[in-house]
Amino acid sequence: MAEITLIEGVTMALARAMEEDPGVVMFGEDVGVNGGVFRATAGLHDKFGDERVIDTPLAEVMIAGMSVGMASQGIKPVAEAQFCGFTMPMIDHIMCHAGRLRNRTRGRMSCPMVLRFPSGGGIHAPEHHSESPEALFAHMPGVRVVIPSSPSRAYGLMLAAIRDPDPVIFMEPKRIYRWQKEEVADDGEELPMDVCYTLRDGNDITLVTWGSMVKETLQAADQLEQQGLSVEVIDVATVSPLDMDTIIESVERTGRCVIIQEAPKHCGVASEIAAGLADAGIWHLHAPVKRVCGYDVVMPLYRNEMKYMPSVRRIVDAAKEILEVS
Amino acid sequence: MAHTAAAFKVDYFQFLKPDGKLVEDQQVPALARDFDRLTELYKLMVLTRTFDKKAVALQRTGKLGTYASSLGHEAAHVAIGAAMKEEDCFAPMYREYGAQFYRGVKMSEVLLYWGGDERGSDFSGPKHDFAWCVPIATQCLHAAGAALAYKLKKEDRVAVTVVGDGGSSKGDFLEAINAGSAWKLPLVLVIVNNQWAISVPRKKQNTAATLAQKGIAGGLPSIQVDGNDLIACLWAMDKAVSAARQGKGSFVIEMITYRLSDHTTADDARRYRPGDEVDEAWDREPLKRLKAYLVDQGAWDEQQDEELLGECKKWVQQAADEYLEMIENDPQPVTAMFDYMFAELPQDLIEQRTYAQEYAEDGGHH
Repeated sequence: MAEITLIEGVTMALARAMEEDPGVVMFGEDVGVNGGVFRATAGLHDKFGDERVIDTPLAEVMIAGMSVGMASQGIKPVAEAQFCGFTMPMIDHIMCHAGRLRNRTRGRMSCPMVLRFPSGGGIHAPEHHSESPEALFAHMPGVRVVIPSSPSRAYGLMLAAIRDPDPVIFMEPKRIYRWQKEEVADDGEELPMDVCYTLRDGNDITLVTWGSMVKETLQAADQLEQQGLSVEVIDVATVSPLDMDTIIESVERTGRCVIIQEAPKHCGVASEIAAGLADAGIWHLHAPVKRVCGYDVVMPLYRNEMKYMPSVRRIVDAAKEILEVS
Repeated sequence: MAHTAAAFKVDYFQFLKPDGKLVEDQQVPALARDFDRLTELYKLMVLTRTFDKKAVALQRTGKLGTYASSLGHEAAHVAIGAAMKEEDCFAPMYREYGAQFYRGVKMSEVLLYWGGDERGSDFSGPKHDFAWCVPIATQCLHAAGAALAYKLKKEDRVAVTVVGDGGSSKGDFLEAINAGSAWKLPLVLVIVNNQWAISVPRKKQNTAATLAQKGIAGGLPSIQVDGNDLIACLWAMDKAVSAARQGKGSFVIEMITYRLSDHTTADDARRYRPGDEVDEAWDREPLKRLKAYLVDQGAWDEQQDEELLGECKKWVQQAADEYLEMIENDPQPVTAMFDYMFAELPQDLIEQRTYAQEYAEDGGHH
């Protein structure tokens, strides 16, 4: 079994899905000969050729709109937006069509497409290359939003996303594309979407996060554990629809929760999770729910981008603050 | 019976051939004899190329972030800047440094932008010029909007924008053409066709014989020029900008050039682009031919050229030093990410800014 990175998990899943289903095609700018600007589709063009690994003209609206068209007619496009910032013109087609096609035709048509793109900051990238727009997509009815945070979840969730009969926005946390290696078998086994993954069991406090912030959250958990605390860490993995059951079950045991999010705070997924806890879990809370998020500012250019991100210290301090509440 | 509902052609203009000789089969514009102007612009082309080399070197040594090179585009870019008046509005994409230098943007400011510091976009060029525009082709509509603003305000100003061959595939570009046509806007749309949109070659964007004809489809006079020929680029720009200023509407100019560099420093074009194609493109590059022409005409000589190169290196080094001094000794504080969010910072953001200051030491420059 090979030790692979998160991005290699993506590539391995794409190749696997293309092998098992001749209807699966890659569709995006520079995905072909170049193998993607991050190498996510590396090798696929050589293996599957021009008609299945399709370099598109430079036109994001076209990529999204044609994916809706293909998906509704028996092809399974795995569309790539080159960077998170370039998904903005695609929103028309995702919001007004992909997420609505099944519903507005009363099930006569459907839209089994995947839109995948690298997301988040922290790699010294230029302007518009570092945003975390998951909440924008999570607010759209009818589309799933999946964000893996490990090589195995990248592989398993990508397979699930491609095989799913509905549209999936698959956001790849590019800061941790090559952070960790993990043994992942190329066995075609998918992992379930719509559920959280508990990365660490604990009883004193629950840390909830997703994407690249899993890195800082695990480091914060290490620090808290060194101080004798028992910390539960949950990777949300599918931010829409949300698996509140897993989070509530955890918070029922710990009574304390910090939610960590790289995206700006206002109206983010962290807010939705906090609201879910208020709705269903408030009787179990020993302290207020805390959100540690990016600031409500334009993502700074790279020189200050890490000052924008939740730091380990910010997470630890927020945890300690609510641990002091008795 | 069928009749021709419409017919069109796209004219191609080249005045200065790759060998530095003027073409013989057509009339050459008067500016080909304006050696003061041509020499001035040649100097700026050399400066732009010297700057470009330095910027790439700074990136390679970890002192600059991802940088989009302008190598090979110098004639096109400098001509765009030189045809405009200060009060005109420039809406660039992200590699038209030659145009921006002409308009007063400092080299250190370009470095600040690619060095991950927002102060680069608060540049010394005209305050009404747009900053770099990474979301492809969106700048075309901003330029169209600026042109409509000048028309509504009855000001004799022109908006000029640049898009690539890749960007010409986007709706924003086509919508800007349509707007320019519908409202007869003082707008000049320049397609700097450098044959490559990262790894996707021009022929894979579409099978149209020219990109200029997209302008004709929208009702705009549209031409193609040799984008490595400063005289052709400048002649076309002068004509289009002055006609737009006189209320004659919008124009499309496709400048045919070649991206001699990688897309950006984050790219490696060897993965997808044949080396012999690049070698051939070097034979057509813009500086060599203009220098040969100026020398041939007695307007320039080798010694002047060497002196110029030395001067350019000195200026570029000064700009690099200025940039490095700023990022090392005068970096933006954490509060800088809040201070320009709104004219007046709302209470919630004031609180976030205070909190951010408490953690200002975290996530230091990495």
